[in-house]
Amino acid sequence: MAWDPRPLGGPERPDPRDVARSVWKHLGPRIRGRLPLLVLGVLVALGALTAYAQVEPDEVGVILRLGRFIGTVEPGPHLRLPFGIDRINKVPVQRQLKAEFGFRTTRAGVQTVYGGDKPELAREALMLTGDLNVAVVEWIVQYKIKEPYQYLFKVKNVESMLRDISEASMRAVVGDHSVNEVLTTGRQRVASESKVLLQGLADRYETGVEIQQVVLQDVNPPDPVKPSFNEVNQAIQEKERAINEAYAELNREIPRARGEAEEALRAAEGYAIERVNRAKGEADRFVRIHEEYRRSPDVTRRRMYLDAVADALQRAKQKVVVDESQKGVTPMLWMDGGKAPATAGATAKTQEHP
Amino acid sequence: MNRTLAALTVLVIPAALVGFTSAYTITEHEQVVITRFGQPRGQPIAEPGLHFKVPFADTVHRFDKRWLDWRGDPNQIPTKEKKYIWVDTFGRWRIVDPLRFFQRLRDERNAQSRLDDIIDGETRNAIASFALIEAVRSSNRKFEDDEYFAEIEGAEALEKVTLGRDKLTRQIRDRAAEVVKEFGVELVDVQIRRINYVDEVQLKVFDRMISERRRIAERSRSEGMGRAAEIRGQRERDLKAIRSEAYRKAQEVTGKADAQATRIYAEAFGRDPEFFQFLRTLEAYPKAIDASTSLFLGTNSEFYRYLRTSKRQ
Repeated sequence: MAWDPRPLGGPERPDPRDVARSVWKHLGPRIRGRLPLLVLGVLVALGALTAYAQVEPDEVGVILRLGRFIGTVEPGPHLRLPFGIDRINKVPVQRQLKAEFGFRTTRAGVQTVYGGDKPELAREALMLTGDLNVAVVEWIVQYKIKEPYQYLFKVKNVESMLRDISEASMRAVVGDHSVNEVLTTGRQRVASESKVLLQGLADRYETGVEIQQVVLQDVNPPDPVKPSFNEVNQAIQEKERAINEAYAELNREIPRARGEAEEALRAAEGYAIERVNRAKGEADRFVRIHEEYRRSPDVTRRRMYLDAVADALQRAKQKVVVDESQKGVTPMLWMDGGKAPATAGATAKTQEHP
Repeated sequence: MNRTLAALTVLVIPAALVGFTSAYTITEHEQVVITRFGQPRGQPIAEPGLHFKVPFADTVHRFDKRWLDWRGDPNQIPTKEKKYIWVDTFGRWRIVDPLRFFQRLRDERNAQSRLDDIIDGETRNAIASFALIEAVRSSNRKFEDDEYFAEIEGAEALEKVTLGRDKLTRQIRDRAAEVVKEFGVELVDVQIRRINYVDEVQLKVFDRMISERRRIAERSRSEGMGRAAEIRGQRERDLKAIRSEAYRKAQEVTGKADAQATRIYAEAFGRDPEFFQFLRTLEAYPKAIDASTSLFLGTNSEFYRYLRTSKRQ
């Protein structure tokens, strides 16, 4: 475990003053005449180091010479007056900066984790709407530094000032909208109006910042009220559904009824055509028969009568012919079309229908 | 060599000392008040760059030239209608007269606490003398809601804003600015950062919001049912209209046809009604008499009479 004994370290340590004296004795004669040169050399080296500055691509350098602003420099290497005579303040003018309200991204990256349950964050997001209701609004402000001079020298604590005016302008806008607008239809307008207002304030406060976007994130009613807001949405759905169902029923039945009406009408028209045609036909037939009949009415009449009776008799099942000269004879009716019992005194002629 | 070194030391070191204690710089965002043995000397200096003073005797007091922020403590204040709210304000100010500022307040921390007193007081006065709505809304803009949302929401908030948030904060600003002027401080802006209900009030507000939403929900449901009933009624009406219309037209058509037929028959048969009756009766026999019919006929009948006799009639 022990280290190797140091080759230089003896049991007795040399007095540091002795060492210095011996170093001076050896080096002294050599540098004695050149001490000012040495000092100068160190100064030059220091000067060279402090004269060089580099401005990164997304930045701009603001140069102060003995505290006075003399200009800005673009990205790249730069020489300045050394020993702190020139100071360069680097301001990231190209970078897009972001402020979050009502939540904080606790782990940026592929998945952004929102941590929004701390009481301060809750207060940040809670605001009164124009109808004196309460809404929870989370939003972000994206901005860029457009005037590095203003950003550095016009406002103390620019970041916190920006947060303050962001909150104030968002609340001013939300305070002029109803809770319903803030939650639903007016979101876009709230965002754009508060952007305009915020830019106005940022300019008035000489922050040197350009607001690029105000984006509303989650906008919700406060937790205790949420279920009732959902109920409203549900009720609106129900309303739509009831109306749609009623319309569906209407659409199902009305066209069918129209079709059926058309059907009935066509049928009636069919009946009408038939009826008239039949009437015309029958009338025509009658006229023709009648014309022939008029020429020899008696014969025709008898012939027609006899034809008809013959035909009728042919159809009938039972024919009973009664001689009316025989008085007091009552023909027997039989229920069944079977045998005809001969009735005394009656001449019954029975014919079976073929 | 040693003598020159000694001379150098004797001359250079005090000279450097005097130089460093007499020169000072002012940066872009600073302004300076010089005092000599505690006595203010000359005008405050705001020009950035290199400056000189009398060494050891003069002291440099630096003050910020920038806009400074002031943040009020959240304050529980009753409004005119006795609603308790938290009001959280912030402001923007700057030191315009560093000498006076130095004399009256000495430093920023002191100034902050004086501003607290003054602005908080003015805020309290302003909030307490106006209705809550004046601090919340900035205009009388009409909400673009469905009419029934508006009807319910309007109930409380319908009262017109006469002042609005902007003018209210401007009033706070004006009054406070007047007071702080004597400190060499210019107060340019006071803004309301947050307004929130005090917890107990908030609970009541939540209750109100819940009941409002219920009303809206109920109304929406009932409107849905009403509209559905209306549509069903319309459907019923249309159905009846369509069907009866069809019936009427059909009857009209058939009636016309019947009438026409009747006229045709009458014209034709009217030539000889007796013959018509005869013909029709004969034609009816085959229809009336079928296989199940039993006929009783007397020998007196025209057809059978020749069964009995061959005599001429």
